[in-house]
Amino acid sequence: MNIEAYIPVLITVINAATPLLLAALGELVVEKSGVLNLGVEGMMLMGAVAGFAITIVTGSAILGLAAAICAGALMALIFGFLTLTLLSNQVATGLALTLFGVGLSALIGVNFVGTPVDALPKLVIPVLSDIPILGPLLFGHDALVYFSIAMVFVINYWLYKTRSGLKLRAVGESHEAAHALGHHVIRIRYMAVIFGGMMAGLAGAFLSLSYTPMWVENMSAGRGWIALALVVFASWKTGRVLLGAYLFGGITIMQLFLQGMGVNIPSQILSMLPYLVTILVLVLISRDSSKISSAAPASLGKIFHPTQ
Amino acid sequence: MLLRLEPRKSISRTYQYLSPVLALLLTLLAGLLVFLFMGHPPIKALHAFFIAPISHSYGVSELLVKASPLILIALGLAMGFRANVWNIGAEGQLVLGAIFGSILPIYFSDSSNPLMLPAMLLLGFIGGMLWAAIPAFLKIKFNTNEILTSLMLTYVAALILSLLVHGPWRDPGGFNFPESVIFPDAATLPVIWSGTRAHLGIVFVVIIALAVWWLLSRGLAGFKIRVFGEAPQAAQYAGFKQSSMIRFTLLLGGGLAGLAGVMEVAGPIGQLQPSVSPGYGFTAIIVAFLGRLHPVGIIFAGLILALSYLGGENIQIAMGLPKGIAGVFQGMLLFFLLGCDVLTRYRIRFFSEAGQST
Amino acid sequence: MSDQSPLLRLESISKQYPGCLANDNVSLIIKSGEIHALLGENGAGKSTLVKIIYGLLKPSSGQLYWKGKPLHVDGPSAARALGIGMVFQHFSLFEALTVAENIALGLDEHIPEKQLHEKITQVSHAYGLPLEPKREVHSLSVGERQRIEIVRCLLQNPQLLIMDEPTSVLTPQEVQTLFATLTKLSKEGCAILYISHKLDEIKQLCEAATILRDGAVVAECDPRQETAQSLARLMIGTTPEIISAASSGLDKTMLSVRNLSIKSTEAFGTDLSDISFQVNAGEILGIAGVAGNGQTELLNVLSGETLTAATSIEINNQPCGNLSPVARRQLGMAYVPENRLGHGAVPSMDLIENTILTGYKKQKLINKLGIDIKASHDITKSIRDGFKVKSSGAEDEAQSLSGGNLQKFIVGREITQKPELLILGQPTWGVDAGSAAAIHQQIIQLAQSGVAVLIISQDLDELLTLSNKIAVISAGHLSEFKPVETVDAESLGLLMGSAAIEETHVTQA
Repeated sequence: MNIEAYIPVLITVINAATPLLLAALGELVVEKSGVLNLGVEGMMLMGAVAGFAITIVTGSAILGLAAAICAGALMALIFGFLTLTLLSNQVATGLALTLFGVGLSALIGVNFVGTPVDALPKLVIPVLSDIPILGPLLFGHDALVYFSIAMVFVINYWLYKTRSGLKLRAVGESHEAAHALGHHVIRIRYMAVIFGGMMAGLAGAFLSLSYTPMWVENMSAGRGWIALALVVFASWKTGRVLLGAYLFGGITIMQLFLQGMGVNIPSQILSMLPYLVTILVLVLISRDSSKISSAAPASLGKIFHPTQ
Repeated sequence: MLLRLEPRKSISRTYQYLSPVLALLLTLLAGLLVFLFMGHPPIKALHAFFIAPISHSYGVSELLVKASPLILIALGLAMGFRANVWNIGAEGQLVLGAIFGSILPIYFSDSSNPLMLPAMLLLGFIGGMLWAAIPAFLKIKFNTNEILTSLMLTYVAALILSLLVHGPWRDPGGFNFPESVIFPDAATLPVIWSGTRAHLGIVFVVIIALAVWWLLSRGLAGFKIRVFGEAPQAAQYAGFKQSSMIRFTLLLGGGLAGLAGVMEVAGPIGQLQPSVSPGYGFTAIIVAFLGRLHPVGIIFAGLILALSYLGGENIQIAMGLPKGIAGVFQGMLLFFLLGCDVLTRYRIRFFSEAGQST
Repeated sequence: MSDQSPLLRLESISKQYPGCLANDNVSLIIKSGEIHALLGENGAGKSTLVKIIYGLLKPSSGQLYWKGKPLHVDGPSAARALGIGMVFQHFSLFEALTVAENIALGLDEHIPEKQLHEKITQVSHAYGLPLEPKREVHSLSVGERQRIEIVRCLLQNPQLLIMDEPTSVLTPQEVQTLFATLTKLSKEGCAILYISHKLDEIKQLCEAATILRDGAVVAECDPRQETAQSLARLMIGTTPEIISAASSGLDKTMLSVRNLSIKSTEAFGTDLSDISFQVNAGEILGIAGVAGNGQTELLNVLSGETLTAATSIEINNQPCGNLSPVARRQLGMAYVPENRLGHGAVPSMDLIENTILTGYKKQKLINKLGIDIKASHDITKSIRDGFKVKSSGAEDEAQSLSGGNLQKFIVGREITQKPELLILGQPTWGVDAGSAAAIHQQIIQLAQSGVAVLIISQDLDELLTLSNKIAVISAGHLSEFKPVETVDAESLGLLMGSAAIEETHVTQA
């Protein structure tokens, strides 16, 4: 087979990686601020259903995406209010957010099951997209794909080169010290949590508007959880989130590809692959506990309550 | 007006009991608003959701049938949660329990051996335990986060079940439906309330709840669990091994979820199907928290959450509303509970910008 | 004119917490260029008062004046803008960030990276506080960390520098270097509010002192005119008891450590290398050292919270390096950890359950039938009575007790198990003087009755009063034990700093 025959496969890899990348980048920022939000799956589903519903109702994909971002942000706000203002346990609240998101998205989406929608338009970049092989591979995607890649660099620059990025990392390292120096721990964390929600919402919208342009209950199928695993896999480094997302995108597609090729393995076994690989990757990365604990933000998951 | 939290010197017992009640009331209130917003008469809808399903004896029996797996799983999860071991893959452990428990009735479908049922229950317990042993082993050996591994395994478990009922375990005489054979009588939990589906498993659940209560309040294992949850460093100081704690809570939790699974297929379902649970494993997380991680509380919480399933079904029939509304209620309930729990540890003071507390 | 007004004046400052008046009507005057001591016991309200000055807490009542004008400090940024800098007791540093990033976080304006690096190098050399801007904090010694905090303040040209217990983690030599820097600053016109409970230091450094007891000012004085005894009397309210040292040891070895090496499991921990020593029945051995030099790792491996080769550690002549804490207790060990809440006791459990925590096997408090409630209750009562633990009942949660009372309870609990070897980490850290004296008395009595005692502490005075022999732990190495008569603070201080000196040599080479 020649190389060109693989291009559609590689394009689907990019598509499968994009929602993971968006959600994981958002969660990376949240965790860098010292907050563990396990509700990514729920926020993604809400983003997916809101994006889909608003696109159908208004006919505008832009409004759909905006709605997805808002839905993710609102979900994150609930999480923020409970964990940051009312000081509830972050693990339990994150789980609650996911359970709630699964239920609410199913309720909202009940009238939209089976409705067709136009996929997000592709932003075909003139001239560049005419380059053989690389052109269609790199320059014929929808805007969210470019956006997700751009965000890797933006977030990396922001975290390590700007003062507000430094403050965020400081809050995640030691909220007591940051508070003692007069930084607004809670305010910074709220913003991080909401940003994470927006990114998860967008990731969800990518699923329902581009990856498989339709709404199905529970359509994120564990991608929110895989995004969480990716952040650990990446040791909280932006560049490695990109790598991880594309690795997982590859595995998801390999599974579909093998099924398509008529490999004589039951489809269920192939479908297990992404989940099993997630476990494997987590095992490999967690083996050295001192490495993980020095890479993870030191205040991750801890409750902050300043004495007044 | 701003809100300020003042830490209490010790945890308020009053609010520990009051907080779930408050959360329930808030959920009802929010439910009222949801129905109003959706354009349905709220009182009628709430009645259809919460009252109508248990206004007849069959409804009450169904409540018990649905509550028993929830309570069983939540008992196991609660022990883990108390020790900060976050097994959230109970749904997968339930499925594995159902699969393991189905081996005997599927391969010996005409047997009437009275030992079949006990053996099935044991196998179900073992199946759930083995599935939970994977995250336990990975956490102990490689320090792998049990939240993510146990959850990933839930997806894998569902696929295994699908593989089996679509393949080797499909009933050859079942018109190609992805279902196993109907279990023989010897493999079915006896009904203890005639005319209903209420089965012997309900009695087991009560006994197990009592055993867990003793373990937590009087037993050494329970003491260890509580110390681990409250102060892990103090647990090491006392010589309690973290690895054995993780193993104990995960395996027991998995075993109980597996038992819940086999009790579903040997009880109300009566065969192995592609879906053996409407998400009991996840709802049990809410049951565990609403029940204050305490066995007696869990029994009450299990009944309440079981009612939300019945309510969802009833409202679908009575008013044509989507069943998904049950999930929304469950999620809201947990939110309100987590929010109200702030009162157990803090006093809330309102003050104006000037800093004067009122 | 503001020149006549003092730099900072506090007038009738009170701070009310639920159930506790942390500051009671405190008034205080600090003049420009003055080194002013704020003196008081643990829990006297010193930290609360300086947090009010730095804007971290709001007073319940009272007024602050800055150069004669009423002052409302709305958070640390506002304080820094006025020229108030603060060096915290538990440093406000970020382990995983660089020196320059740590300093940038304490500045209110944004300085470009390159300029900041130059400024840090310049200021740190001018005041004898050398720092490398690009190093990550976790690789620095405690003394170097404190330099970061000081340089952070100096970069803002402070007029008032608050130092909260700055010497508690320094070696005696580092203390002298710090004092030189502070004197230089004060000569340049910067006032220093110096918080401490170490009387000798205050006599040496400060020209004015305000003494707090139970949140209120009990005296103002010129510390140079006072004796250490008179200051102590003002601070504590009574003359501290003079404790006589323990008797010398017997011939029986209770704890023997041989060639013990351990790799730390913590992210930024210290490895132990080739540690050997033994503790005999009836003697008290002390191990001194600056925090973070392997004390935690050593305590963990001695108590059985970290396991090692069986023969590295022997208790009562039984190899036990690979045995759990429970098994070691059966051999006669008892242990009081450094950290009371969360390590020595479970904060949210009551005293009875905390009695069970370490005694459940040795005192048979949990058997096949479950917890023996009556026996547990009785033992808890005897601990409370025997060691004068003030609590409203045995059902009190550990976290509701004061530091001193909880420490008395924990020490009492361990002694009640009739150990033959007692290991203690920082037994009187953050404990009021009365409780500290009681605990010291208990330790000495225990040694006199033939129990082997090992104390690991950062408090040199404590070790010099209690121990028969003292050694120093530094960067995971343990020095030789020397009889207490042959050592003093200075010679021990040299040993504490020796590893740091070695390290600088290595980096320079």
